Order: sequence, then C-alpha cells, then structure tokens
Amino acid sequence: MSNRTFAAITLGVAILLMVASRVVANDYFLSAAYTVLQFVILATAWNVLGGYTGYVNFGSAAFFAVGAYTTVFLHKALQLPLPLTVVAGTLVAGLLGLAVGYLTLRMRGVFFAIATLALAVVLYTFVVNWDYVGGARGAYIILPREVPFGLPRYIHLLYFAMVAMAALALIVARAIETSFIGRGLAAIRDDEVAAECAGVPTLRLKLFSATVSGALMGMAGTTLPYYLSYVEPSAAFNLSYAVNSIAMPLIGGMTTWLGPLIGAVLLGTVQQVVQVTVSSAWNLLIVGVLLVVFVTLAPNGIMGWVDAWRRGRAPRP
Amino acid sequence: MEFSTALVLNAIVAGVLLGGFYAAVSVGISISFGMLDVVNIAHPAFIIVGSYIAYIVNDRFGFDPIAVSIVLSPLLFALGLLIYRVYYVCFERRGLESLRGLAFFFGILFITEVALVLIFGVDYRLVETRYSSVTLRLGAVDFPLRLVVPFAVSLAMVIGLQIFLARTFFGRAVLAVAQDQLALRLMGINPVRVKEFAFALSIATAGVAGAFLIVIQPVQPAIGREYIGLVFAVCVLGGMGSIWGTLLGAFVLGLAESFTSTFFGPSWAPAVSFGTLLAALAFRPSGLLGR
Repeated sequence: MSNRTFAAITLGVAILLMVASRVVANDYFLSAAYTVLQFVILATAWNVLGGYTGYVNFGSAAFFAVGAYTTVFLHKALQLPLPLTVVAGTLVAGLLGLAVGYLTLRMRGVFFAIATLALAVVLYTFVVNWDYVGGARGAYIILPREVPFGLPRYIHLLYFAMVAMAALALIVARAIETSFIGRGLAAIRDDEVAAECAGVPTLRLKLFSATVSGALMGMAGTTLPYYLSYVEPSAAFNLSYAVNSIAMPLIGGMTTWLGPLIGAVLLGTVQQVVQVTVSSAWNLLIVGVLLVVFVTLAPNGIMGWVDAWRRGRAPRP
Repeated sequence: MEFSTALVLNAIVAGVLLGGFYAAVSVGISISFGMLDVVNIAHPAFIIVGSYIAYIVNDRFGFDPIAVSIVLSPLLFALGLLIYRVYYVCFERRGLESLRGLAFFFGILFITEVALVLIFGVDYRLVETRYSSVTLRLGAVDFPLRLVVPFAVSLAMVIGLQIFLARTFFGRAVLAVAQDQLALRLMGINPVRVKEFAFALSIATAGVAGAFLIVIQPVQPAIGREYIGLVFAVCVLGGMGSIWGTLLGAFVLGLAESFTSTFFGPSWAPAVSFGTLLAALAFRPSGLLGR
C-alpha cells in the first residue's frame, strides 16, 4: 500500500470517527476517546525512536508537558488560538528532542535513556519555579465562550483535534517506516556499527528520529490545558504518560506502526474501564505489571504473536 | 541574601555531609551500572523500599533505622539475587538487554512506586531517632547529627566495599567480570554467578541508603524519582565503576546542591544533578577518575 493510499484511508477513518461523535453525543465517551487517542499519539511517537531506532525514551512526560506548557504560555502571553499553539508546542518539543539527542545520541544508547529520565525531573523543577505559567500552583485556562464550527461543547472540538492529530501521527510514522529513513533506522537498531560502516548517516538519522518523536509527543500535550482547563506541573509531568508510552508499543509490538496503535487502543480502553470501575491507582499498577509481564514473556508483543501465527500458516519453502 | 563567611562554611559542611549520603545512594549504581553493565534504573525504588522497611520496623519496635537496615540487608540482597536471575534469563542471555531490559527495570520502578502508594498512601513518613534533633556547633558552623550519622556510616560502607572489591578474591572476580568475561570463564569461574552476587550486593547497599534517607528527610513513594538523575550523575561524573570516583562525584554533587540551595533556594536543587550529568556526558564522558 502506498503512503498516499494509507493517508487517504487513515483520514477517511478519522472523518468517520468525527462523524460518529455527533451521533453518540455523550461527553463521557468523548472524553474517554480523547484520552485513548492521546495515548495513540504518545505510543506512536515513542515508537518512532524506541521501536524503529532502538533508543529508549523515558521522558515522554517531559515532551508532553513541554507541549502543554507552550500552550499555557502562548495562551497567557499572546492569546493565540488553538491551532497556532498546537503548531508552536509541536515545534518546541521537536527542538527539545533535537537538543537532547544532539547531546547524548553520540554516546551509547543507554546515556540517552538516562538523560531523558533526568530531563523530566529538571523540566519539572523549571516549571515549578516559573511563576509566569503558574509555578507549583498551576494555571487556569479559560475556555472561549464560543465553540467554533457550531459544535455544542468544547470537548467536541478537542476530540476533533485529537482525532486529526492521531491520524497525522500514524501517517508520519508509517511514512518514516516505509521510506529509506525507516530502513536506515532499522539498520541502526540491529547493528549500529555495521550501519555506520555501510554508509548509513547514523547520527543524522537518529537526530531526525529523536526530533520527530519529541515533536509528536509535544503535539499530544498541546490540547491538555484546554482539556483539563487547569494545568499543574504534577499533572502535565505525570509519570504515567512515560510508562504508558513505553508499555503500549511493547505490548502491541514495536516494528510497525500497527503495534503502538493496537497497544494504545487496548491498554487505553482497559485503563478507562478500570478507572471507572476500580480506581486510578490500581489502573497504573495494571499498566506497570502488564509492561513487565509482556517484556519478560512476550518480548515481541501482540504483533509478535500475529507474525508467528502467520509464519506457521505459510507454506514452507 | 547576604554573602557571609559563615554561610559559605555552612554550605560547605552541609555539602560534604550530603555528599557522604549521596555516595551511599550511588555506590550501588556504580557496581551494577559501572561494573556489571546492568542499567538498573530501578535502583532508587529499592532505596525507597529500604526507607519503608526501616520505617515499619522503627514504628513497630522502635529500633534504630540504620541498625535495622544493616541487620536486614540480607533481605534486599535476596531480592537482588532474584531480580538478577529474572533479568539474566529473560534479557541478558537473549541479548535483549538494551531496550527491553531497560523497560523491565522501568516497569519495576513504576510498580514499586504504585504499590507503595497503595499500601502506605502518599503521606510523608519520617523516623525520629535520639540524634535526629541534636546539632553540634563548632563556632558558626552547624553539624546536625541527622546528617553526620548517615555520613559516617555511609563512608564506612563505601570504603568497606572498596576494600572488599580490591582485596578479596571474590571482589577481584567482580572487577574482572567488568573487564573480561571470557577470561573469567577460562579461569573456571562462572561470570553469571559473580554478577548475580555483585548485583545483589548493590541492591543491599540501596536498602541501607534508604534508611539514611528516611533519617535525613521525610519520605514518600514518589521521591525516588528525584534520585535517578543523581545516582547516574554521580556514577558518570566519578568514572564508571570506580568506587573512589563515586565518592568524589558524590562530594562534588553534594557541594553543588548545597550551594544551589543556599544561594538560589532549595526548589532549584533537583536541577543540579541533571545539569552535572549533562555536562559530564558532554565534556568528559569517562568521568573524573575514569580509565
């Protein structure tokens, strides 16, 4: 399937999802779907660097929060409308990905992982001390009274935005995966020295992948202030974003765009159900346990099972 | 804020005392990450587990938390043995450690934190000891025993570990495993057994460091995250796998943090370790005492 066909199909599905929201007019479902889609973006973004390239990012929450706080800042400073803050948050988070990557991606992969882990703590400290965006107290975002496009409530608009951004993330991830860049990244993942020797521009590709991954994570966070209408640092930097964006691709499967999507939809839905029926602390425990169980017992995730089943059915040469 | 000699002296003393504690926190990472190449990012979680063990025993029986942690360190040692077994069988042997092994430890870090929240809640817990509120004064300089006692025990522990690693047969086997596993096999030693033992040792030091932590400051489950940057910063700054380097790195970070808190305010302190880590990675990745 060519990228253009894939993009057309994805956009078609996205429009269907938007239309469906006008039929099922229930705010809870919209809000739950918004959260699941947000995880689809985070998981897909993580996978661009983690799954395709083999570099682990523990700082998804930091990139996500950078997106969210860019919105808070621009909303407060310039009263920019939503689409512009989305673009700005995406760019800032992408630059952050580039900067962290530039500093650490030249060394062994594990240093990048450690740096991203510490990055979350530092940016958190920074935001807590930055009074302009609310500091530790948090910031309120007052939603515009008028909802554009004649939609009934603001959550409808946010849901539309999330569907569109998730579609974009999937299209970008698949385009990277099927292009020469994706093959270069896969070569880095399998054997970086061999890739370098074979003429793959490893550092440039890694930086590209870190930038795209960071930008997409930031994009997912840009609408958070509107969604919660109140952002505080511990909500935006919540460790659960980092855990989920690692757990979802690992559970779904990391080699294709489909794995994170399956993982995010499955795990995201399970979490929504558990959150309503049990409690949110238990729902985090479930994610953690699932992550450890899958990574030890099924290292290739659900797509790994599918591949094994397919290979079993195929006629042996 | 006035810049006075007493303030600077106090900042130096506090930094050195803090550095001693940081050495205990990071020496385990120096062993597991520096020597064994096991990137145990869940190390801070075990520190918090140590804090809670000390807290529970102190709460029930009133024993001194640091003494308790040393007596009960075999418990965490056993936990370390178990975790390394799983890690070895599932990741190291299959060559999956770089990505999935990291995710495994991250999962353990997260599970421990959430489990502690579910059991104990998010309240801060503190252990009061006889020396908790005693402060010795030497001129204008304060020596709070709350920091001095962990500092002294920590120094003893770190130096003891260095002697153990440098002088005993088993300690040298641990150093050898870091350098050449094949040679170790040829000498008739199983490197997996050595690594298992050394990893368990590193978790045991985390338990003791946890007791120091809860004597020094109140602890809640999520606090462990703040130490992730710190332990790796100390380990990289000092030089991978060098115990003396760890001690030096810990003092540098303790001083840096103490000065930041004194002159810019304590809310900036967590940023210091990351700044140091990035600077160390960018300018001298082999560390101060690295080979």
